[in-house]
Amino acid sequence: MTIARTLDDACVALAEHPDALLLAGGTDLMVGVNRGQVGFDHVVVIDRVDELRGWRREGDELVLGAGLTYAEMGRGELPVLLPALAQAARTVGSPQIRNAGTLGGNLATSSPAGDTLPVLVALDATVVLRSSHGTRKLALDRFVTGVKQNALEPEELIEAVRVPVLDGPQEFLKVGTRNAMVISVASLALVVDRAGRSVRVGLGSVAPVPVRAVEAEAFVDGAIDWDTGSAPEAAVDRFAGLVAEAARPIDDQRGTATYRSHAIGVLARRALRRAFPGGAP
Amino acid sequence: MSAGPYVLRVNGNDHEVPDAHLGESLLWVLRERLGLPGSKNACEEGECGSCSVQVDGELVCSCLVLAAAGVGREVTTIEGLAPDGELADVQRAFVEAGAVQCGFCTPGLIMAVDTLLDDLPDDGSDPDDLIVREAISGNLCRCTGYGRILEAVSIAADLRRENRT
Amino acid sequence: MTDVRTEEPRTVQGAPRIGESAPRPDGIPKVNGSFAFSSDLWHDRMLWGGTLRSPHPSARIRSIDIGPAVAVTGIHAVLTSADVPGSPTYGLEHADQPVLASDVVRYEGEPVAIVAADHPDAVRLALDAIVVDYEVTMPLVDPGVAESSDPIHPDGNLIRRIHLRHGDQEVVGDVVVEGTYEVGMQDQAFLGPESGLAVPAEDGGVELFIATQWLHADRDQVAACLGLEPGLVRLTLAGVGGAFGAREDLSLHAHLCLLALHTRRPVKMVYSREESFHGHVHRHPARMWYRHHADRAGNLVRVEARLLLDGGAYASSSGAVIANATCFAAGPYRVPSADIEGVVVRTNNPPCGAMRGFGAVQVCIGHEAQMDRLAAALGMDPVELRLRNVLAPGDRLSTGQVITGTAPVAEVLRSCADHPSAASLPGDPMSLPGGAGRTADPAHVRRGEAIALGFKNLMFSEGFDDSSSAICRLEGGVATVTCACAEVGQGFVTLAQQITREVLGVDEVVLAPAATATMGSAGSTSASRQSWMSGGAVQAACEEVRVRLLARVADDRGVDPDELVLVEGRVVSLSGDFEADLASVTAEAIEAEVEFRHAPTSPLDENGQGDAHVSFAFSAHRAIVDVDRDLGLVKVVELTTSQDVGRLLNPLQAIGQIEGGAAQGVGLAVMEEVLVLDGRIRNASFTDYLVPTALDMPPVEIAALIEQPEPGAPFGAKGIGEPPCISSTAAVVAAIRAATDLDLTHVPVRPTDIALAGA
Repeated sequence: MTIARTLDDACVALAEHPDALLLAGGTDLMVGVNRGQVGFDHVVVIDRVDELRGWRREGDELVLGAGLTYAEMGRGELPVLLPALAQAARTVGSPQIRNAGTLGGNLATSSPAGDTLPVLVALDATVVLRSSHGTRKLALDRFVTGVKQNALEPEELIEAVRVPVLDGPQEFLKVGTRNAMVISVASLALVVDRAGRSVRVGLGSVAPVPVRAVEAEAFVDGAIDWDTGSAPEAAVDRFAGLVAEAARPIDDQRGTATYRSHAIGVLARRALRRAFPGGAP
Repeated sequence: MSAGPYVLRVNGNDHEVPDAHLGESLLWVLRERLGLPGSKNACEEGECGSCSVQVDGELVCSCLVLAAAGVGREVTTIEGLAPDGELADVQRAFVEAGAVQCGFCTPGLIMAVDTLLDDLPDDGSDPDDLIVREAISGNLCRCTGYGRILEAVSIAADLRRENRT
Repeated sequence: MTDVRTEEPRTVQGAPRIGESAPRPDGIPKVNGSFAFSSDLWHDRMLWGGTLRSPHPSARIRSIDIGPAVAVTGIHAVLTSADVPGSPTYGLEHADQPVLASDVVRYEGEPVAIVAADHPDAVRLALDAIVVDYEVTMPLVDPGVAESSDPIHPDGNLIRRIHLRHGDQEVVGDVVVEGTYEVGMQDQAFLGPESGLAVPAEDGGVELFIATQWLHADRDQVAACLGLEPGLVRLTLAGVGGAFGAREDLSLHAHLCLLALHTRRPVKMVYSREESFHGHVHRHPARMWYRHHADRAGNLVRVEARLLLDGGAYASSSGAVIANATCFAAGPYRVPSADIEGVVVRTNNPPCGAMRGFGAVQVCIGHEAQMDRLAAALGMDPVELRLRNVLAPGDRLSTGQVITGTAPVAEVLRSCADHPSAASLPGDPMSLPGGAGRTADPAHVRRGEAIALGFKNLMFSEGFDDSSSAICRLEGGVATVTCACAEVGQGFVTLAQQITREVLGVDEVVLAPAATATMGSAGSTSASRQSWMSGGAVQAACEEVRVRLLARVADDRGVDPDELVLVEGRVVSLSGDFEADLASVTAEAIEAEVEFRHAPTSPLDENGQGDAHVSFAFSAHRAIVDVDRDLGLVKVVELTTSQDVGRLLNPLQAIGQIEGGAAQGVGLAVMEEVLVLDGRIRNASFTDYLVPTALDMPPVEIAALIEQPEPGAPFGAKGIGEPPCISSTAAVVAAIRAATDLDLTHVPVRPTDIALAGA
């Protein structure tokens, strides 16, 4: 086992043990370990690597360390800069999970129900990957490639996520059948870029990977009165319909495809209305 | 595969852990190797809170902590909340309020409430009901319906305030 | 001889007695982590056990090859059905369930082989290494066709049918309402998973430390399977992390003993949560059809019902559950005519059996929905309709039994309905349906309110020969009480101390461990029976000690025993001649053992008629809910309840039972369902089987605890554990109906039932 203190430590250990288990908060990984479903010979522990902790602002971008915990996403200035991320983080598991679980872990697990992923996809986030061979960057939609599958190479780890600082409201809504500690049945992040006059929508738990509702975005960008910040009711309806069409949900033990399609439309309508209250009937 | 020996600091004492398997969780090592079974094993996937402990002062599920990765951390379990033979404020409050029935969730809940009271602003006000409920929402209790537990939180908050002043 | 205590105002001197909120004797060990639950046990040279379970709900076993498992490093035993020396099957009512499957598996998760090893990792490897050749067969998963399908068990697919007919069978009401209802499978979801430790004994027997509800029934079943005399199988109660019915059947008991006897080593086994879902019985899923007849004034004229419960693969206590469902199908109302058929069948679904409420929960959902429909059809207020029909002492149940005890049903209902609500309108988004998910818009949230009434029998029924035994020993002024009653969290240990203090006036009461070797049976911790049965046994044993004590002192002093009373820990002569403290007159111990029985009951006849039950307890719940109609999400805002308790023995513990039972009712109403598809459980985890968190459970307002002492019950107290989870579910579901104007016939109400209604 390696307890890495620096990014270089971690990369060297990964280069030596390409199949090692990379352990940060443990909130996903240890579930499999406890069940004996995860085989491994070596563990690289990265929760003490300072370079992965916290976040910083670089111009119009935020660099979020992979070790940023869900609890930290809701503290200090971050809820102001990235309200949707803070809202999403508050829905993750329990206080215990939010203290331990990390942004990098959410990405590495690449679950369709990962709560931060709709926010990151809506923000056009870039994932920064690091190995002893160097650094590479991938757009989020190229990073997550399938259900619990991603582009992470054996020797790589997630160093950070870069997202833009936008001027405009952000919303995250998540449907679960319990008021706390629940896996998402459907979730939606909506971010507004007032300067770019665009609305961006990320969807969770309604497709194998977090998806953008591209057609809905294109439609609503043109339907919003950007000067007054209002959206006509008919446009909200059409937007909700287009968002629902972007979903490709399945039936599982948490909900049916029909319900998910329906719910994602409701979430879309509500999120848009919260962002653009003007024009409501 | 062996992970030992390593040393865990639990409740202020260093414990040598020889011959452990690498995949063992902190919960397992506490319970089965260190003779500290107060932290409970109800789901082993972070969905019940029964195994809650404080690691460096933060509330976590010990079932989701790889024990060997806890080296150099300060772990506090239910057994370490008060000196032997004494009860901490939250423990007293749970007894007094009738917050204990079968008791399986109790250690984890007490750790959660202890953490909550540490984190609350010390402004003399009663903790807000929703804040308390959210703080213990990761701890399932199947016996009480939470009513007496919320009462215990209120009593414990008073006790802690008295202790501070 | 009179007990002077009852004639005087109670003064608290020393430890709390009956009627006071005595603290739990196990409270401090439970808060400081030192209380030993069954999963905390440890023994020198202890091995770990594990269970191989069938992945198929229905299959024939062609062969089992344990060779590769035996070869795993650290393995000490791999056992199959061939290694079961005694009875190959066990069961509470019928011994129909294999200890280990031999030729056929009948449900997903059925135990097929067991192993013992020196580390759980080795257990896991060995379980993976066992090769079972299954010939998968088509599972029978629809209870509706079970009776007409090929039998999946030598005992057949019908477990029990009761056809209750009461009164005039031709009568028809002016107003008739009909409905069908479905209740999903609920899990007890106790927090402490099945676990125990078996230690082989030198005499060829075995010591089993186990979390259970009924030590002696376990012992008899385990001994039969081991082929040992019951005396050689010695069970001791280990700390129980909740039960709620799920520990009334055997789970790992026989397996642990087999492994310990085979390896000659102590063996510990702890189920994982997933395994726990497969390892115990659940609440029966139900399909119910009802037709209620009333006259125009709202008097019930006739109730017809067809109840079908899915018993799953083995009988467990299904026969008693369907009896309850059938007997209480019409609810706590006067019903002059009834035709109620209750059927429970065998399928390849997970076995079902006891869970808190035991058959009364399912039918309460049905009869209360029907009462609301009837109120709507009559244009009557639902509370008024119920008040017009509620049972009262002297009334007859649909079983023909006359209620001879207390039945303050109207008081329970009226006090609950009249209680002012403290519910405020939602403010913080966290308090809206959907909680932290921030899905709700206040403008789209609708509030609903409704009330429900329920009841249930206390104790076992239908002529069951029920008893509990206790020993009281008074020595040096300290009382020691021994009783095999399983403390599962309900607080019997507190009550036993309170009762002993009350009767003997002592302060110090020691409770001996509950074990089969030292005591006769206390019966099961179920059916709301232990306060009455084991409480009664403790009371009677203490009374006997008191009588003997006074006789001894009278003899010593040469006075008539009637001249002596026991007051506040002192023996006092009424003439005022002398006083003696207990410690001095009990230097030589006085001990009494008493077996306590309730009044006998009778079986049901071929028409489901008979005095089958001992006593009844009633409760009402009023629920206020907020519903997000578009997403189908529900927030239960407030529950108000009244309950018939006979007499309060410990108010704080009573509140705990009432709030806790309501939480299980809320869970069943809005989120709890074991999802079974083609015989397989799809949500065997706390990730996907959701139980209420602190953010889901509303405050429970207690409107009234009606104290009308029950004749025949020790101290007049009725059991209080079950009613809270009977009427609570029905009330919450009715409130959701009120908020949505939807019929909502499936419980739990799923988001899709609301959001996509009519779609």
